[in-house]
Amino acid sequence: MALHDLTAHELRQQLDSGELSSQELTKALLERIEELNGTLNAYITVTAEQALEQARAYDEARARGEATAPLGGIPVALKDNLVTRGVRTTAASRILENWVPPYDATVVERLKAAGAPSLGKTNMDEFAMGGSTETSAFGVARNPWDPGRVPGGSSGGSAIAVAAGMAVWSLGSDTGGSIRQPAAYCGIVGMKPTYGRVSRYGLIAFASSLDQIGPLTRDVTDCALALNLICGFDPRDSTSVSLEVPDFTKALVAEPKGLRVGIHKDYFDQPMDADVRAALERALKVLEDNGAVLKEVSLPSTRYAIHVYYLIAPAEASSNLARFDGVRYGLRVPGADVPRMMEETRSRGFGAEVKRRIILGTYVLSAGHYDAYYKKASQVRTLMRQEFERAFADVDVLVAPTTASTAFRLGEKTENPLEMYMTDYFTIPVNLAGLPALSMPCGVDKDGMPIGLQIIGPPFGEDKVLKAAYTYEQLAWPTGAGRHWRAGREVAVDVR
Amino acid sequence: MSVKTGVEYEVVIGLEIHAELSTDSKVFCGCSTAFGAVPNSQVCPVCLGLPGSLPVLNRTAVEYAIKAGLALNCEIARYSKFDRKQYFYPDLPKAYQISQYDLPLCRNGWVEFEMEGEVRRVRINRVHLEEEAGKSVHSGERLLGSDYSLIDYNRGGIPLIEIVTEPDLRSPEEARVFLEHLRQILFFTGVSDVKMEEGSLRCDANISLRPKGSSKFSAKTEVKNLNSFRSVQRALEYEAERQRDVLDEGGTLHQETRHWDENRGVTVAMRSKEEAHDYRYFPEPDLVPLVVDDAWIERLRAELPELPRAKQARFVEQYGLPRYDAEVLTATPALADFFEACVAEYGQAKPVSNWMMGELLRLLKADGKGVEQVPVAPKAVADLLRLIDQGTINANVGKEVFEEMFRTGKEPGAIVKERGLEQISDEGALASIVDQVIAANPDAAETVRSGEMKAIGFLVGQVMKQTGGKANPKVVQGLLRERLLGS
Repeated sequence: MALHDLTAHELRQQLDSGELSSQELTKALLERIEELNGTLNAYITVTAEQALEQARAYDEARARGEATAPLGGIPVALKDNLVTRGVRTTAASRILENWVPPYDATVVERLKAAGAPSLGKTNMDEFAMGGSTETSAFGVARNPWDPGRVPGGSSGGSAIAVAAGMAVWSLGSDTGGSIRQPAAYCGIVGMKPTYGRVSRYGLIAFASSLDQIGPLTRDVTDCALALNLICGFDPRDSTSVSLEVPDFTKALVAEPKGLRVGIHKDYFDQPMDADVRAALERALKVLEDNGAVLKEVSLPSTRYAIHVYYLIAPAEASSNLARFDGVRYGLRVPGADVPRMMEETRSRGFGAEVKRRIILGTYVLSAGHYDAYYKKASQVRTLMRQEFERAFADVDVLVAPTTASTAFRLGEKTENPLEMYMTDYFTIPVNLAGLPALSMPCGVDKDGMPIGLQIIGPPFGEDKVLKAAYTYEQLAWPTGAGRHWRAGREVAVDVR
Repeated sequence: MSVKTGVEYEVVIGLEIHAELSTDSKVFCGCSTAFGAVPNSQVCPVCLGLPGSLPVLNRTAVEYAIKAGLALNCEIARYSKFDRKQYFYPDLPKAYQISQYDLPLCRNGWVEFEMEGEVRRVRINRVHLEEEAGKSVHSGERLLGSDYSLIDYNRGGIPLIEIVTEPDLRSPEEARVFLEHLRQILFFTGVSDVKMEEGSLRCDANISLRPKGSSKFSAKTEVKNLNSFRSVQRALEYEAERQRDVLDEGGTLHQETRHWDENRGVTVAMRSKEEAHDYRYFPEPDLVPLVVDDAWIERLRAELPELPRAKQARFVEQYGLPRYDAEVLTATPALADFFEACVAEYGQAKPVSNWMMGELLRLLKADGKGVEQVPVAPKAVADLLRLIDQGTINANVGKEVFEEMFRTGKEPGAIVKERGLEQISDEGALASIVDQVIAANPDAAETVRSGEMKAIGFLVGQVMKQTGGKANPKVVQGLLRERLLGS
């Protein structure tokens, strides 16, 4: 198997045995980026020099016997809404095109401390608003299995990098499905941890009460390793939770017997592609045939999720994005006076989708509308959380589709925002309830495009999610859920 | 009463007071709050609102806000939360201020103070915790129309409490007196420097008029830019007059915000109700709700110092001081503590009070200092008073000695010795000087002999002059009487 197809834990063995150095691995990946990025546009910024320097430092530390972190020396890609000291951080927006932050996000600090070289900053929907990486101010990104299709979004670049071998693993952020949906479209594993599990300090906020950082990997084991590295209380994030973080690799036990799997009935009642439905049913049958107990669960309030989400997320976004006013950093477009400078800067700095959400959110919070919209939405959100809580009294995890169809074609939904918003139908409730959830491949459709299976756990039940995911992976895709389905297929770079 | 319409109006005033809390670090980050540092030297990603940064609440700021609430007799909310108040302005780095909207930390309090010999009570609607904005310096009058503006974000993120009164004040003067009293309470509580001139205490006022006897409120004006206690009273006097004129002319008042122009002594319209900001408050998702338990509140209550009015009452009661003395001596906690320490050393209250109210306060005022900033110790004051009591020095020399104590911190005994200021009480030593003075001033001596006792003072003064002020005036007077009147 090619170097760029290996998982982190496989590479770990090669690094530890000394047959491979982090510098060799990093160079190979940088060459791969060089080769593919022109077509796929997964990276906005490639930090080759920094990555090689970090790899060298890691190799030296390892030679001294000082490097012990399981992901040490294994190159990673960072979504470009994670703040990196000295490396420009754009959130894929013109308004931050040349912003070089003076500090590192907490997760970035953790990665550096572990000695994981950072290859660069990945493409995304502008300020993580979108489901296709088409709203990026730095050009659309493409799906590695069919460049005529979207990679999903908003963490599109981070998904492409892992799927196409342009990084071993990556970090994304998930506000309404932005890790899970691109992971599904690109055929890899992506996980959104419980809200509060990973520090948001240094994540450029989209919707603060929903945003969560998470990993994208080639298999479930790598996902557990990445969680071990990034999870934990951070005194700089008041919403991070001071719970002890278990060793998530302990959850990597293939044990289908007695596993109680809830089937999110309301979702399976929804329209979805026949191939998607068939793949999900096959996955459930594999589990059931091996001793898992399936149980239908109803969560009726989740049908309102998309409505609730499109009140709360834009409201918070309108507030979070107000700071981009041209006064202190980022783009400044001159104006006759300060208010006009701010207007010009924001008019030219933000793209259409971001503006749409700012306007929506501003309206929702305006005098006289707060109770009808934001407050009501928050109440429904509480109901939804309670519904999930009741469901988890009887089951270990819930299974649902990640998306109703596979990756759509570039430009297919850009003219119809509502249709675009609907691609997050199955992922949004998890964010509203603050739950952990993972998406992993469970087959392909008639066009050979990967299909995502979503596994949802109770709050801080990442271990339960991982156990179910690992069990299914071992039964169905034993060489890694993120590459087994490809059966030797190479990344496609011909743009059709 | 209006001359034209015959309607008598009542003035209705409510105040919104902002006080910076004197914590060492800012309310949502670890930056220093020290005043007067190089601009933009006390900033970090959090208080600059850089993308990705998050606030973390300062526990001490919460404690100070609770203490302020307790000092103002408020109920402390066991559960409160933070909200975002949103508006665009260059010195507001996140374009929202983290504040408290519908669930403030403290509410339903009251303050009592005295005015014209009468106790007044003003109800406190709420006290909430929020963050300061940065400080703008415009090249012109204001942001719009300036060639350039500079911003110092050192102030951004300093903790602030907003105190909102009920509309219980009935005159501009009462508003000023109340504000002075409120300032004193906050100062005593130790939660704020309350310096209006440095901006750590600021006040906006709402004022309206209504026919006397009416219980309805009319359209109010919010007056801003009140930068001193005096301008609070002046601006409100002007505004009451202006509103009265409008009503007398048959006009109507509309809710609006007006700016006090200190130099011209007028208020100028800023914005109408229709132009008012829609702050689009919503719960701050980056902070968790603030939960305060009873034990915490009780611990803070126990830490509250004695407040001004209680201290005054005690000074009258315990030390038998006149009300006026008690008021003056409780102007600051340091002054009151100094008084009590002196009394403890000396044993009697009134002489200490006299000495402090006379000499000490005169010198402090001249130097613009507080008693805590000068080297004189309570024991030294007691020693000085004893030197006078014992006749070692007279009272006038005592003043001289005190001034040196005030400047150098030396012991009074040492000063007296060093400078040879001991009082001359020895009749033998004084007799010849008295005789010389009588001989040199025959007219005055004659006047005394004829029974005009006033003139004796002149002769005493002459003896004092001859002795460099050191003669014991009582002994001198005795000698003069003996020689001139034979008694």
